Amino acid sequence: MSYIRAENLSKQYGSSDAAVMALHNMDFTVESGEFVSIMGESGAGKSTLLSIVGAMNPPSSGKFVVDGIDVYRLGSEKRTDFRREFIGFVFQSFHLVPYLTVVENVMLPLTTVKVSKKRKRVLAEEALDQVALAGKEDRLPSQISGGEKERVAIARAIVNDPPVILADEPTGNLDSTTTHEIMGLFQRLNQEGATILMVTHSQDCAAYAKRILRVSDGRLVEKDI
Amino acid sequence: MNLRDIAFKNLLRRKAKALFVLAGLAIGVSTVVALISFVDAMTENINHKLEKYGANILIVPKTENLSLTYGGLSLGGVSFEMQEIREQDLIKIRSIKNAANVAGLGPMVFGVVNVENHRVLLAGVDFEANWILKPWWKIDGTIPGENGVVLGSETAAVLGLNQGSPVTIKGRQLIVSGVLKPTGSQDDQLIFMPLKTAQAVLNKEGLVSMAEVAALCKDCPIDAMVKQISDVVPGAKVMAIQQVVKGRMEALAQFKKFSYGVSIVVLLVGSLVVLVTMMGSVRERTEEIGIFRAIGFRKSHVFKIVLLEAGFISAAAGILGYITGFALTKGAMHFFSESGGASIQPSLELVGGALALAVLVGLMASVYPAYLASRMDPNQALNAI
Repeated sequence: MSYIRAENLSKQYGSSDAAVMALHNMDFTVESGEFVSIMGESGAGKSTLLSIVGAMNPPSSGKFVVDGIDVYRLGSEKRTDFRREFIGFVFQSFHLVPYLTVVENVMLPLTTVKVSKKRKRVLAEEALDQVALAGKEDRLPSQISGGEKERVAIARAIVNDPPVILADEPTGNLDSTTTHEIMGLFQRLNQEGATILMVTHSQDCAAYAKRILRVSDGRLVEKDI
Repeated sequence: MNLRDIAFKNLLRRKAKALFVLAGLAIGVSTVVALISFVDAMTENINHKLEKYGANILIVPKTENLSLTYGGLSLGGVSFEMQEIREQDLIKIRSIKNAANVAGLGPMVFGVVNVENHRVLLAGVDFEANWILKPWWKIDGTIPGENGVVLGSETAAVLGLNQGSPVTIKGRQLIVSGVLKPTGSQDDQLIFMPLKTAQAVLNKEGLVSMAEVAALCKDCPIDAMVKQISDVVPGAKVMAIQQVVKGRMEALAQFKKFSYGVSIVVLLVGSLVVLVTMMGSVRERTEEIGIFRAIGFRKSHVFKIVLLEAGFISAAAGILGYITGFALTKGAMHFFSESGGASIQPSLELVGGALALAVLVGLMASVYPAYLASRMDPNQALNAI
């Protein structure tokens, strides 16, 4: 059985005359350890799909299952726990907390976990090491470059070793050299076993994935390269 | 890294907002502390002054007769025939429930004697107790020994006696040890001598005509003391000189009520400052809260972060408010206390109270902003950026 299963997913915003269908009866599966890109034009429904996959946006109908867990049958707080344990987020604009240092930002997903402060620090430093940011632990986000911010965001996404990494336009704000470094990093994480779903506009970035899901007008129009 | 660290670091980042909340709460707490300290200090001050007013409870023998004197003018009917009080009964006053509030007890014995062809009222008093009961007394001379007397100023003038003059009362040779400076009261027309001597001269050993009590009534109702004394001295009528004590205490009670009212209003304003500032802070932090929720912070975690921030700042406001309030009271006492600054001491109780009050008000005012923050939907919060 597939690791991630979306069955007949639909999402409608608003109601009656003002209703907008963002997703229409979407079905797809992702195997454990896959690297999948989700492509599509602006407004095609990529972000809605990613938010549903991220357990943050309940679909209007359909079912979304990860590792045998029917995610939207979980209560709100259980779904929060699910996000913490199963999903690492890499947001489009990094979304680092400005008053926390690099290492503290990376430690954030561990904040509510019952682990000693020292251990949290060690795990965060290991994650920073993986994204080649060792030595910049105590800097503030405002003191590092865009590429480094992206690496911090990736380190934060992997610090608690979640099985799934969701990335929303992770290279949207980066130059081409940094973009390729970051994509190489995603590829390495995937090779180490992470299941990655990445939303991107860029054909070049999508090419790093093993499979592409193309979305248009809220419908899945192509499931493979 | 834990929720406390996040709360603390956020406060450090938003210093202006944190200072605004701190100031709002600290002003409220300092006002409450200042008012409470001020009322306490003034109560202390008034009690201290009440001691200077002397006796505020009178113990006289029970009688059916009505007094026929007014303002020192006697129209007859003075009841010297009435039963005297036994001196030993007065000792029991030291064992009443509010005995600690008895600052001074002055038994007095009266009798009419002939001196230098004049009929004069002789009073036997306890000169020790008189310093508390009649602090306005000033004697030209010394306190009399066993065979000495002190003359009221008018008595000395009428009898033509001075300090050191010999005087014979009921065949007993005595010396005028001093003359009382004019008091404007009946005391100016009396001869005073030690209680034991007077009792011997008047043949009233073990008896007293009346007694005066100086009661400190900070912690006790004067009426309760009157009742307690009546119970232990059954043959006597015990009366409170109500107007002195009650008038002052009632004025203070009114001021207390007023100060509580002001405190509530100031605290309400302080809590509104906290509420509005925290609401603004929560709205500004939509992105941050969205991230927290997205990466696995439960609603309760977000709620706790906001309350921790409020708790930190409120505790600081409590301490700052206490220090400011205490300093304000110190300053105010210089203006309001006639003696130029009644003593006011730091109180651990009040420090604890100020801290608890600040934290309570701060947390209560932050509950709604914390609730709103915790209810923030992560998807909406991140899309709203």
